[in-house]
Amino acid sequence: MRKTDSAHDVPAAGTTDGLGGTVALEVNSPVDAPIEAQKKEFVGRSPGQLAWLRLKRDRTAAVSAITLAILGAIALLAPLIGKLRGMSPTQPFTDKLNDFAMPLGYAGGMNSTHWLGLEPGNGRDIMMQLVYGMRTSLLIAFASAIVASTIGVLIGILAGYARGWLDTAINWVIDLTLAFPFLIFALAVIPIVEDRFFGARDAIPASFRVGLIIATFAMFSWTYTARLVRGQVITLREREFVEAARAAGAGTWHILFRQLLPNIWAPILVTLSLNVPAFITTEAALAFVNIGVIEPTPDLGRMIFNSIAYVASDPYYTLWPGLTIFILVLAFNLLGDSLRDALDPKSTR
Amino acid sequence: MVRFITRRVLVGVATIIAISIIVFGLFFAVPSSPAKVMCGKNCDPASIAAVETRLGLREPIVEQYTGFMKGVFVGRTYAEGTAFEQRCDAPCLGYSFRNNEPVTAILSRTLPVTVSIVAGAAVLWLLIGVSLGMVSALRRGTLFDKVAIGISLTGASMQVFFFGLILLYGTVYATGLLPFPSYTPITENPLKWATGLILPWVTLGFLNSAIYARLSRAQMLETLSEDYVRTARAKGLPLSRVYTKHALRAAITPIVTIAGLDIGASLGGTFITETIFGLRGLGKETVEAVNFLNLPIVVATVLLAAVFIVIANLIVDLLYAVIDPRVRLS
Repeated sequence: MRKTDSAHDVPAAGTTDGLGGTVALEVNSPVDAPIEAQKKEFVGRSPGQLAWLRLKRDRTAAVSAITLAILGAIALLAPLIGKLRGMSPTQPFTDKLNDFAMPLGYAGGMNSTHWLGLEPGNGRDIMMQLVYGMRTSLLIAFASAIVASTIGVLIGILAGYARGWLDTAINWVIDLTLAFPFLIFALAVIPIVEDRFFGARDAIPASFRVGLIIATFAMFSWTYTARLVRGQVITLREREFVEAARAAGAGTWHILFRQLLPNIWAPILVTLSLNVPAFITTEAALAFVNIGVIEPTPDLGRMIFNSIAYVASDPYYTLWPGLTIFILVLAFNLLGDSLRDALDPKSTR
Repeated sequence: MVRFITRRVLVGVATIIAISIIVFGLFFAVPSSPAKVMCGKNCDPASIAAVETRLGLREPIVEQYTGFMKGVFVGRTYAEGTAFEQRCDAPCLGYSFRNNEPVTAILSRTLPVTVSIVAGAAVLWLLIGVSLGMVSALRRGTLFDKVAIGISLTGASMQVFFFGLILLYGTVYATGLLPFPSYTPITENPLKWATGLILPWVTLGFLNSAIYARLSRAQMLETLSEDYVRTARAKGLPLSRVYTKHALRAAITPIVTIAGLDIGASLGGTFITETIFGLRGLGKETVEAVNFLNLPIVVATVLLAAVFIVIANLIVDLLYAVIDPRVRLS
C-alpha cells in the first residue's frame, strides 16, 4: 500500500508529519549520496521538489515529454500549418488520383507537396488530416480525463469522509458502473441520446457529438479515481492532523479540501495522466466503428476505419494514422509511468 | 464458505437486475419514439405504427419491461391478436422484426465466434504474458528482462485496430502466408477453425500478453521482496521451491482477478477485432445493430455483455477464495 503522507507536492500544506520520511529518503537515495557526502549537510526538500528532481533525472520522461510537447504544438498550431502549406484538411485533390481513386505516384502519393500522401477515394491530404485529427483526439482525451477526475475526486472524498449510508450508496453505484460493459454501452448510447435531442431529421452538430463522447467517457471513468480517493481518505481521516484541524475548529469543507486533498494529489495526478492515453485509444476505437466524431471533423480512428477497405492496395493510408495514435499513446504511457515512479515516496530512483 | 457464495450470487443477481432496468429504460424511454428510431429515416407513419404494434411500444414502459423479463423466463407472444402475431419462446431476449427472427437465434449464431476468438486469445496471452513477466522478474536487470520490458511497453501502447491491420497486411495481402480469417465451427473442422482464427488470436493475444507481462513482472518483484520469501530462502529451501510454492502463488492472485474480468469483458464483444477480420461475432453484430438502431438486438447484446462481466466477477471472487486462504477467513 502506498503511503501518501509524504507525497503531497504542495509545499504549503506542511501540516503533515511527512518531513521525517523525506529526510531519510534523501540520505538513502543512491544518486544523491556522493553530493551529500561532499556538502556534509542535509538539504531539506519538499516531496514535491523531490518528485520533480526524480522526474528531471528520468531520461524516458524527458524524451516522451519532448515528443508530446512537439505533437501538442503541432496540434495547437494546426491552422497555421494549414496556412503555411496552403491547404485545408478537407480539401480534395481529386486531380491527383487515378481512375480507381487511388493516389498517383509511389507509396500512397507521397511527394514534396503531400508529405504523407493522399487519402484514396476522396483525395484529402493525409498530413493535414493527421494534424487536425490530433486536435480532436487530444481535446476529447484531456477534457474527459479532467472531467472524470474532478467527479471522481469530489465523490471519492465525499464517500470516504461521510461513512454510513452515503458511503454505502456511493460504493454500490461504483460497483454497478464497473459492471457495465463500457465500450459496448458507449457505442449504443451515443446514437440513442442524439436521437433524443435531434431526432432523425435534424443534422447533428459536430460539437454535440464531441460533448456527448466526453460525457460518456467521464460518466464511466470517474469510478477509478473515486475508489482511489475514497481509500486514501479513509486512511487519512483518522490521522492526527485531521483531528488537530477539527480541534482548532475547522469546518468540514476546510478539512476535506484544505487538509485531505493536498495529501492525495499524487495518486490523482498519476491516474489522470494514465487516463489520457486510455481515452485516446477508446475514442479512436469508437471512431473505428463509426460512432466517433462526425465527418468532416478529422479524426484519427475514423481514418483507420476508412483505410480498412484499402489495406491491400494502399497500406500507407493505415500506417500514418495508426503510427500517430501509437506514438501519442506510448509517450503518454511512458510519461505517466515516470510520473508514478517520481511521485512514489518508496521510490529510490 | 456457503454464506460467502450465496452473498456473492445474490449481489450478482441484484446487479444484473439493476443494469437491465437501466439499459431497458435508456433504450426504450430516452428516444423520442423508439419505433421511429428503429424504423429509420424516411419511414412512413404506417410502418412506424406497425413497429409499435409489433413490439408493444404503446404500453407503459414498466409493462414493457415486465413483458421483457417475462419473455426471458417463460417466453412471450408479440402483438397478440393482430396480423403481426409472433411467438418467441423462452429464453426470449426480444424479437428483431427487421431481421425477422428472435434475438436469441442471432446470439446463438454469433456467440460461438466470439467465444472461439476470446478462448484462443486468452490461452495465448495468459501463457505468454504471465511466463514472460515471471521470467523477467526472476532475471531482473538482464538483457532478457530489458528486451521483455521493451516489447511489453510497445505492446501495451499498441491499438488492436492498428496491430491487427498490420498483421493482416503482412501475412495475408503482402505475402499470402495465411488465408483471410474466417469462422468454421470447431465441430465441423477443427483444423480449419484454428487456421481461420490465427490472426485474431495473435492480435488479441500479443497485445494483452504485453499488459499481463508488465503486470506479472511487477507482482512477482513485489512478492520476491516480501519477508516470508526471504525467510523461506534463509531456511534453506531450494530456490525453485521458493519461487513456485511461495512467490508464484501470492503473485498470481491479482492476475487471476484481472484475467477473469478481461475475459468477461471480451466475451461481451471483441468488436474491433471482429470488424478488422470480418468475423460475424457478437461485437460486429452489436456494431451493426447500433448503426441501424436495431434496438432489440442492442438491448440484448448490452445486457449479455453485462451478464458476462457479472459472472466473471463472481467466478473471480470464488477462485480468489480458493487461491488465497486469507479471503476465506474474513
